[in-house]
Amino acid sequence: MSEQLHYALFTGCTAKQSTPELLSSTLAVADKLGIKITILEEASCCGASHLQDFDEFLAHVLNARNICYAEKLGLTMITICNTCQLNSAMTKHALDTDPELKARVNEKLAEVGLEYKGTSEIKHFLYTLIDEYGLENVKDKVQVPLSHLNIAPFYGCHNIRPSELHEEANGHENPYNPTSLDSLIDALEGNPVNYESKNKCCGFHVELQANHTSEVLAGNALLDAMDNNADLMVTPCPLCHLKMDTYQDSIGKVMGRDVELPVLHMPQMVALALGCTEKEIGLNFHVQKAKHLYTAS
Amino acid sequence: MSETRKVTIKAFRFNAETDYLPYTKQYEMEVGKDDLILDLMNRIKWEHDGSFSYRRSCRHGICGACAIKVNGKAVLACKQNAIELLDLFDNDITLEPSSKKRAIKDMIIDKSDFWEKHAAIKPYVVADVEPHPTHETKQSISEFNNFLDSDLCIQCGACHYSCPALEVNPDFFGPAAFAAAYRFTVDTRDTAGAERLELTAQPSQGVWDCVKCYECAEACPKEINPIEKIGKLHNMQFEQGIAESNVATRHAEGFLRGMKKYGYLDEADIVTYSEGLLGAAKHIGTAMKMMKSGKIHWHSGVPFIDSIPKIKNLDEVQKLIEISQTNKL
Repeated sequence: MSEQLHYALFTGCTAKQSTPELLSSTLAVADKLGIKITILEEASCCGASHLQDFDEFLAHVLNARNICYAEKLGLTMITICNTCQLNSAMTKHALDTDPELKARVNEKLAEVGLEYKGTSEIKHFLYTLIDEYGLENVKDKVQVPLSHLNIAPFYGCHNIRPSELHEEANGHENPYNPTSLDSLIDALEGNPVNYESKNKCCGFHVELQANHTSEVLAGNALLDAMDNNADLMVTPCPLCHLKMDTYQDSIGKVMGRDVELPVLHMPQMVALALGCTEKEIGLNFHVQKAKHLYTAS
Repeated sequence: MSETRKVTIKAFRFNAETDYLPYTKQYEMEVGKDDLILDLMNRIKWEHDGSFSYRRSCRHGICGACAIKVNGKAVLACKQNAIELLDLFDNDITLEPSSKKRAIKDMIIDKSDFWEKHAAIKPYVVADVEPHPTHETKQSISEFNNFLDSDLCIQCGACHYSCPALEVNPDFFGPAAFAAAYRFTVDTRDTAGAERLELTAQPSQGVWDCVKCYECAEACPKEINPIEKIGKLHNMQFEQGIAESNVATRHAEGFLRGMKKYGYLDEADIVTYSEGLLGAAKHIGTAMKMMKSGKIHWHSGVPFIDSIPKIKNLDEVQKLIEISQTNKL
């Protein structure tokens, strides 16, 4: 690679709180691959699709503010959460296609000395690895091939749907048959598990108000992966991770079967294969035991 | 290069009157570049097996009768080019009804749940109209444009039968009913808006049970984007003071508490705030496990008490919330 890739990282709330392992493994992967990361320390919560339900205009203003900081650096803003990706991309799309809304938002942003221009792209880290760093280059850096692992890719909704919104940023992924995570697992020499639920919903967003729906959706996916001999599941979305990792006991009760499956963040899986340190990968932060997956090279 | 492709089409077969279980049958045929999925179904019926059953009517993508799924993707058979799908799914085409569990015969399903929910939201203009009006009820272009594209719904059921929330919770109205509720609620001639908003605000059946998977947006053959209308209904419930304080509405509004204080969502606080102390108690087991694994952790203080890192330039977020917030609970 002739020029070093450099991105503005939008961490989202989860990587700063309940999934510190997502942030540490992302930074470790970037470091191993020689990708420069500047963390957007000014960036706030994206609203996670909930603030949008309460006050859509306010959510646009706050998301536009986040993008302003990537624009100031002149960098593509990368995300490590599907929902952050969706909400940021939705705001960008809304502002870039609706001059009246853009003007209203900029009127507010001007009060804090900012202006949204629309110059920065927004892309999930998964797709920068594939589209910009390149799978062949990732493959060249593998130190610990994952050939002993059957890995179930769980895509999460907000990177792949609505496909029209994401088509540039996610390499025209087919939402009915996504392949990016599978191809990444291939590049790391792991064995991708093919199972029906890989592009389905985990139910995270209704965990509180529609708990049964949430548990069944997560349970369907976890059991489907287990029934197809997965040793672990991997996801690019920390919200899917939280639902699938943290609630396996209660999901098991609802589904009437024991559920036991480690659920890794996408960067953790890459970090494993690149030979990152145990601390960087942070498998000890999982509720469902995953530390055993780390084997020092 | 040949204009046609020799393809094996798989089709879901089931007759509720005679079959105990569904099965799959395969049909070989030449598929041309202009063939629609409906052409393939016609060929199965006319050239292979006359008992193969499906609904078809207008053949112009406006009646919604021929909605089915191909490899899990909702399509209108009369609108969907077959070669496009063969390319999308590596030459594999499996024809399935919109909902396998509602199959009556092959592609034909029982849509009664769809129609019941559609009817329940009063999908028509409710207005006290003079029997002998002296003038027209006019709408401006912008008032008409408020419908967005929701007026284009053809009730095909593609979004309804792609909705995973509805698969688990049969009480849930589903995206098509919500799109219709939105369409008539924003109609300036209508007087039943508050009633519809109250109906769609109810736990279990209303918009708060939407899982936000965007399957409905992906499924709609008319590109109506039902989840966009679900979002509008959420906002309208707050705007019109119809949203009641409950776990779902507090969860949406409660994001601002953490954002005002830290810039980030306060993950622990949002659970307690949404559920109330008593409700939050049911999460104690999970919280303990999260604490044990470090998912609830010590940043700069005791978990739950000012332990969240603050963003840089937090004052900007606070100011923007102050000057941009349009709704309240």
